[in-house]
Amino acid sequence: MTDRSTQTAQSKHLKKRYRAEKRFKFFGLAAICSAAGILLVLIGGLTQMSIPAFTHHYVKLDIAIPETTIQAEQVTDPVAMRKVNWRGMVRKALRNEFPEVTDRSGKRAIGNLLSGGAGDAVRDKVLNDPTIIGSTVEVALPLSDDVDLLLKGLIDRSLLEENRVVSDRELTFIDHLEATGRIDRRIAWFLFTSGDSREAEMAGLRSAAVGTLLTMLVTLLFSFPLGVMAAIYLEEIAPKNRLTDLIEVNINNLAAVPSIVFGLLGLAVFINFFHLPRSAPLVGGMVLALMTLPTIIIATRAALAAVPPSIREAALGVGASPIQVIFHHVLPLAMPGILTGTIIGLAQAAGETAPLLMIGMMAFIVDTPMWINDKATVLPAQIYMWANNPERAFQAKTAAGIICLMVFLLLMNALAIYLRKKYEKRW
Amino acid sequence: MPETKAFQLNFTKLISNIFIASFFLLGTTFVASARDQIVIVGSSTVFPFSTSVAEQFGRNTEFKTPIVESTGSGGGLKLFCAGIGLEHPDVTNASRRIKKSEFDNCQSKGIAMTEVVIGYDGIVVANLKSAATLNLSLKQIFMATAAKVPAPGCENDCALVENPYKMWSDIDPSLPAKKIEILGPPPTSGTRDAFQELAMQGGSKSFPTLNALKKSNKSEWKRIVHTVREDGGWIDSGENDNLMVNKLIANPDAVGVFGYSFLEQNADKLKGSNVDGVAPTFENIADGKYNISRSLYFYVKHAHIGTVPGIKEFVEEFTSENAFGEEGYLIDKGLIPLFEEERDAIRTQGVALKKLEL
Repeated sequence: MTDRSTQTAQSKHLKKRYRAEKRFKFFGLAAICSAAGILLVLIGGLTQMSIPAFTHHYVKLDIAIPETTIQAEQVTDPVAMRKVNWRGMVRKALRNEFPEVTDRSGKRAIGNLLSGGAGDAVRDKVLNDPTIIGSTVEVALPLSDDVDLLLKGLIDRSLLEENRVVSDRELTFIDHLEATGRIDRRIAWFLFTSGDSREAEMAGLRSAAVGTLLTMLVTLLFSFPLGVMAAIYLEEIAPKNRLTDLIEVNINNLAAVPSIVFGLLGLAVFINFFHLPRSAPLVGGMVLALMTLPTIIIATRAALAAVPPSIREAALGVGASPIQVIFHHVLPLAMPGILTGTIIGLAQAAGETAPLLMIGMMAFIVDTPMWINDKATVLPAQIYMWANNPERAFQAKTAAGIICLMVFLLLMNALAIYLRKKYEKRW
Repeated sequence: MPETKAFQLNFTKLISNIFIASFFLLGTTFVASARDQIVIVGSSTVFPFSTSVAEQFGRNTEFKTPIVESTGSGGGLKLFCAGIGLEHPDVTNASRRIKKSEFDNCQSKGIAMTEVVIGYDGIVVANLKSAATLNLSLKQIFMATAAKVPAPGCENDCALVENPYKMWSDIDPSLPAKKIEILGPPPTSGTRDAFQELAMQGGSKSFPTLNALKKSNKSEWKRIVHTVREDGGWIDSGENDNLMVNKLIANPDAVGVFGYSFLEQNADKLKGSNVDGVAPTFENIADGKYNISRSLYFYVKHAHIGTVPGIKEFVEEFTSENAFGEEGYLIDKGLIPLFEEERDAIRTQGVALKKLEL
């Protein structure tokens, strides 16, 4: 009797425990699902917003390049090439499509359908093949950002004229060009191949992407050796005393310091004291290296500590010196963990803007930087600047920039995972 | 294990290579290089215009494209006045005139400069297209935004009280019975400075009490007329005006304070309130009829001309009819042009690099 009642009590208790475990599993699943859902909404929204930025509308026109404009042998001379009125040439070609328009404002309106950089398309064509001088060639000219938005359906045609950035007259021109099949939509390669611009139809990520690469190079070269050496010393060589404890606490604390503080430090020390150049990847990289150091030190120490003592003892047993043990056995085995930590630290640094604001890397820079002394900006700073531009077309570009940055970070993290998987040892 | 061995050798090489590379890197950077690129800092309001000119300048001349950094008017002048030498900027943009104190600081460093006015910018009080158009006076704008106002229903020598107006209709029955919710630029912004100067200080002139205070205690007066309310009626909304536009779309009762170019770009969604009976249109701001408008400036450092190539040509480009003229490309970017005679005078002075005296 008593036996059975204990049994029922036990089975009741068991059921209760199973229920609690089920509940716990459910909450865990719900947390994962909601996190994944939020991420999906974020990425989905961004992707949808960015789609318009990956294509652009072009108008195909027959452009006559008279021999009087430039000699074939002058094509490589930048001064002579600059003297040619490419802009006038393309505007005239487009005006020829509308012989009935003779008034000045009408002519101006036709010219304004084209991007300010439309002339460059002809120039580049001549540069590629100087033999076309003297003949008529078909060139695809980029349209202005407003016309492009209208053709993508992002400007509402049904609005009153005064509420629309494209006038009624411009609408009739656009409709005519579309009806004659001169307009087509192409992939906007300039998003990757050109530098920044104030015209949405010419702005690209190239200078910022190169800036990010140079900055990351400096960050890597400063933080990796310093971080790994510091970690090896602290973990393997340094005696355990109050001083090293204090250093350890401080390193852990530094990992949580807001990044803007490193920017202020960079401004005060590197720029104002050492007089290093402003807006340069060198200073940006050094600031980000300071920010990444704690991450690398902590990851390296963890990786070193994870190497089993048997390896060390065996090495010491066959007569290796303590330094030989570290460099010949422990460090190579800890390397996958060290590399993972470094890459994740760099990926975090690549997404930083706040410290770079202080040292002048948030700037309008068109030319692609060639070396670490050149003025440069980075991808997240470029995204921030685009987000501030009033022109509507920059909204899609901002989203496209974010997508590109995320792909960049994803690639870095994928590399970290690959390295870990390739060299990882299981004990 | 051969695999570990190979990796181990690689690794030792890797570490030593990285060390060599970073020393090499350090070495290269201390080779000071002459700068062949103009460096511009300053106001975020002038930034879109300055960058447009920089881009055109880089494309159409043999000089490199100048780099433009957006630091705010005050921050820009501070960097500009830090000294002479290639590590300091050559040009600074400002959405207000240089202050006497800033000018004196510059002078003490031996920095001579030329001032160039580039055009006007209107500050608009805008709301959603579907909401009612507000007809505001500067006085009403002051009453809606100030932290302390003269007690309601009192003419002279009034006590200053915490802003009691919660609804627009509390200020004037002709205004809509909606909660006062103004999204505006934060204190670091030049637009905020100009709004306080032009709209709030301008509106405060309609109160005899405040005019009397100006005579008796000027610093206190300045504090009162420039202090924005903090009871929720005014909401600092960040430097990003696009974000403010989105917030206005989400909340039809709110009004926003920002530059005219953002109203122009979002004319399909937003409309500007009339101020003292004048609508914030391109023509009204250009004619000076619209009350909340300011001039935009840039300053050129004389000592750098000749050291950094292209500064003079940059001033020429900025002041060409093709740029800041009535049909110039800056107008497409939202700049409001000066009158023709003013432009001619500015161009002559700018190109001749007339020294600024205050």
